[in-house]
Amino acid sequence: MEMPAYNLRIIIPEVFLFIWATLVILLDLGTGRKNTKSLGWTAMFGLLITGVLLCVTWGGITFNNMYTSDALSVLFKVIFLGAAFMAIGSSFGILTDKIKNHRGEYIGLILYSTVGMMFLASSSELISLYIGLELTTIPLFILAAFFKDDRLSVEAGLKYFVVGAFSSAILLYGLSLLYGLTGTTDIVQMKINLSLLFLSYGKIGPGLILAIVMIIAGIGFKLALVPFHMWAPDVYQGSPTPITGFLSVGSKAAGIIAFSRIFVNGLIAFADSVMKPLDWGIIVAVMAAAAMIWGNLAAIRQDNIKRMLAFSSIAQIGYIMVGMVSASELGIASIGYYMFLYLFANMGAFAAATFFGDRTGSDKITRYAGLSQSSPAFAACLSVFMLSLAGIPPMGGFAAKYLVFAAGIQAGYTWLVILGLLMAVVSLYYYANVVKVMYFAPSESIFDLKLSFTARLVLAIAVVGVIIFGVYPEPIIKFALDSATAFAF
Amino acid sequence: MFEYALSSLIFIPVIGFIVVMFLPKDNFGLIRWTSALFSFVPFVISVWLTYDYFILHSSSAAMVYVEGPFTWIPALNAQYFLGVDGISVPMLFLTGLLGFLSILASFNIVKRVKEYFAFFLLLIAGMMGVFCALDFFLFYVFWEVMLVPMYFLIGIWGGPRKEYAAIKFFLYTLFGSIFMLVAILVLYFTSEPHTLNMLTLIQTAPAFSRSLQIMCFAFFFIAFAIKVPVWPFHTWLPDAHVEAPTAVSVILAGVLLKMGTYGMLRISWPMFPEALRYFAVPIALLGLIAIIYGALVSMAQKDLKKLVAYSSVSHMGYCMLALGAYSSVTALAGCMFQMVSHGLITGALFLLVGVLYDRAHTREIAAFGGLGVKIPVYTGLMVLFSMASLGLPGMSGFVSEFMVFIGAFSHPGFMVITALAVLGVVLTAGYMLRMVQRVFLGEFNLAKWGGLTEINFREIVTVAPLAILTIAIGVYPAPLSNLMRATLENLINLMAR
Repeated sequence: MEMPAYNLRIIIPEVFLFIWATLVILLDLGTGRKNTKSLGWTAMFGLLITGVLLCVTWGGITFNNMYTSDALSVLFKVIFLGAAFMAIGSSFGILTDKIKNHRGEYIGLILYSTVGMMFLASSSELISLYIGLELTTIPLFILAAFFKDDRLSVEAGLKYFVVGAFSSAILLYGLSLLYGLTGTTDIVQMKINLSLLFLSYGKIGPGLILAIVMIIAGIGFKLALVPFHMWAPDVYQGSPTPITGFLSVGSKAAGIIAFSRIFVNGLIAFADSVMKPLDWGIIVAVMAAAAMIWGNLAAIRQDNIKRMLAFSSIAQIGYIMVGMVSASELGIASIGYYMFLYLFANMGAFAAATFFGDRTGSDKITRYAGLSQSSPAFAACLSVFMLSLAGIPPMGGFAAKYLVFAAGIQAGYTWLVILGLLMAVVSLYYYANVVKVMYFAPSESIFDLKLSFTARLVLAIAVVGVIIFGVYPEPIIKFALDSATAFAF
Repeated sequence: MFEYALSSLIFIPVIGFIVVMFLPKDNFGLIRWTSALFSFVPFVISVWLTYDYFILHSSSAAMVYVEGPFTWIPALNAQYFLGVDGISVPMLFLTGLLGFLSILASFNIVKRVKEYFAFFLLLIAGMMGVFCALDFFLFYVFWEVMLVPMYFLIGIWGGPRKEYAAIKFFLYTLFGSIFMLVAILVLYFTSEPHTLNMLTLIQTAPAFSRSLQIMCFAFFFIAFAIKVPVWPFHTWLPDAHVEAPTAVSVILAGVLLKMGTYGMLRISWPMFPEALRYFAVPIALLGLIAIIYGALVSMAQKDLKKLVAYSSVSHMGYCMLALGAYSSVTALAGCMFQMVSHGLITGALFLLVGVLYDRAHTREIAAFGGLGVKIPVYTGLMVLFSMASLGLPGMSGFVSEFMVFIGAFSHPGFMVITALAVLGVVLTAGYMLRMVQRVFLGEFNLAKWGGLTEINFREIVTVAPLAILTIAIGVYPAPLSNLMRATLENLINLMAR
């Protein structure tokens, strides 16, 4: 039997990262589980090499159109690698003090999950997309429960596992319905078959409605999209903080790209109100509105910074979904840019929360009082992240919101944009609250956080990213716009 | 004028911000004088710019000292595009002057000095940017950028309810801004080819549909009206003013409020003439309400600073009345005069109230009496600016109010509104004179205020330029009106489309 010639060049980064992750675990075992720093640095170095490999090898299709390495996938892969890099970079404190026996596994699992995300980003076919999603989430279940002695962490892991497994089943059911309707798992072929079906019969039965609803629900759980968000605050609070950051950026970005591949590419024809009741646009728009309202209102009342950021990330997904429902070139570009800036702002915020937690053992926002005096650089960084998340120029978050809302206006979702902007005003209240506590409140106890080198590095990368790509967003926006051509509109 | 003059106005304070950040924390003198230098240079440039504009360009309405449009974010068609004309030059002058004087007036700040001056310089940069920007994206960025330093300045160095005042100011203004953002996006996608260039949109927007114009006009109006603040959007102002430190109040009253009226003149008035005709009477009525309401509330104030704050609501009401009377050059010139004159007078009043508060640690009107005996120089200055504020002839307040009334009276259908608005002058005289009487005249309480010291040299330096300008404009207003005449006449033509 003759082997078909596959273009293996474009999967080199994923294969490399997979091997590297295994090596990291073996390295931990080989050094008698003694080394902390070298392990982290090895992993971060591996991520950098993967990034370089990605830049060199991308562009192409392989495995009979199952696997596409296009600009969109590259943009998201960079986000995944960045999220993993910053998550590991901010884990050094935890690795030294809390996780004594499974450091290699901790880092290895983050890398495995990253590999899963990268596969997912390139999948142009339903089965591989599903497998990528599973490879992404299964390591995360374990990571969420990594503090075995901490009841909250174990609860987080279990909750995340149950919800994750449940939503995967729903998603799979939806995907199988889609396969039954179209006879293919290839997303582009599916698009063609669906339009043929539609042209020959004039309408498509309730099967498609069911498929759409189930896929939205399945991915909606992964994205913590309202009303499928109940698990998120507890999981976010219980998980080790760097993992929470990784969850909120990496795994969300993975969900976003899966969603956009299925809906904005495969089901693009049904993003139109003419197609009622098959119009998924309005369903997603309503969910986005609900996410923006609920996430922002609930965040106001939180006094724990991780829970606050959990609700804030529910709201942020709402904003991103405004770009999604636009289902246009600008919409996809805005999502890419938004996620890219979100990487810096949100990972930065979680990293800051991690370092503060490492030093004080507390996640209470009120404990941040007086930090502007004792650790001015730290306070300034966290303020920049908060203002960026709130969308205040010149931080990157502003350009991101601007793009998303521009896409919304262009697509005619003016009501959604006005609602989103109103909710952005609400969000300012709780983001500014963190700034207020750090800057306005008198210091309760003067202490220096004494940030380690890696902590400084992670914060510096995040702050520079937020400001530079805020003031000069053009390269990223241009790349995101180019990447949007991956979908034929 | 040299190339990139406008950019230097914006970026010299930004450089100052960065430099101050790197200065040693405890060397107060160095920080103060460095900040003074970085605000003095833009001040000098703004004076030079005003003079240069007056001599060379005031005869035409064209944008001058134009920079760009340089491509900034091509994917969004956002450009770096600056330029000024007869309505922005006076505002830049005011910003340069009050910025520098406020920095001088802040030399007595001893709490977290480095951060204070750093934020202050950033604030100046943002304000300069707003008055220069000709691209919507750029304009919006400057409009928002300024909120952050203001939030910190009120929140850290403010009075007892500073946190409340700071977040209220931030939320209020941001709430207004988002409507502006929607309007900008709608304009962007409606224009063909898509553009964010204000000058192009002023040319093309009147051709858009009536409903779209009305919507955009209303959205811009919300943003600008909150900034002015027009009644009933004014409630952030007394809180912010009373809680803010002296110099920040000066900037708030002197420059920030003017950004609202400036935005109307620069953007919504010429861009949507049809909507303007539709809304003109309600706008004038809002102005009338602000004039009367602000004055009446001022009368009831027990706190000196609150009195000045509410008087701002009343005085900005004259601007709104004038803006409603859009057909008259005199009214619009009166509006511009009022913006400048209110900036000078109210700025000085806030500075003077701050001077007294630093010494007496109270601002309660009833606590004082007969201070004229003890501190005559201070009393003289305070009386001077109170008279200017109530519109005594010979000072800038009189010129501006007179022009507003004449202009508004000549606008068709505004006779009654204008006649009622004149009542405001009487009310203003009422509360200003009462304040002067109760604080400076009457019996002096030697036991309580015997230790009060006279206004010092630095403080006189901060108010003297304002006094000179107030009188100069009052006696000889021609240069200022010539400076902006051509621009305003052009504006009238644009609105008549």
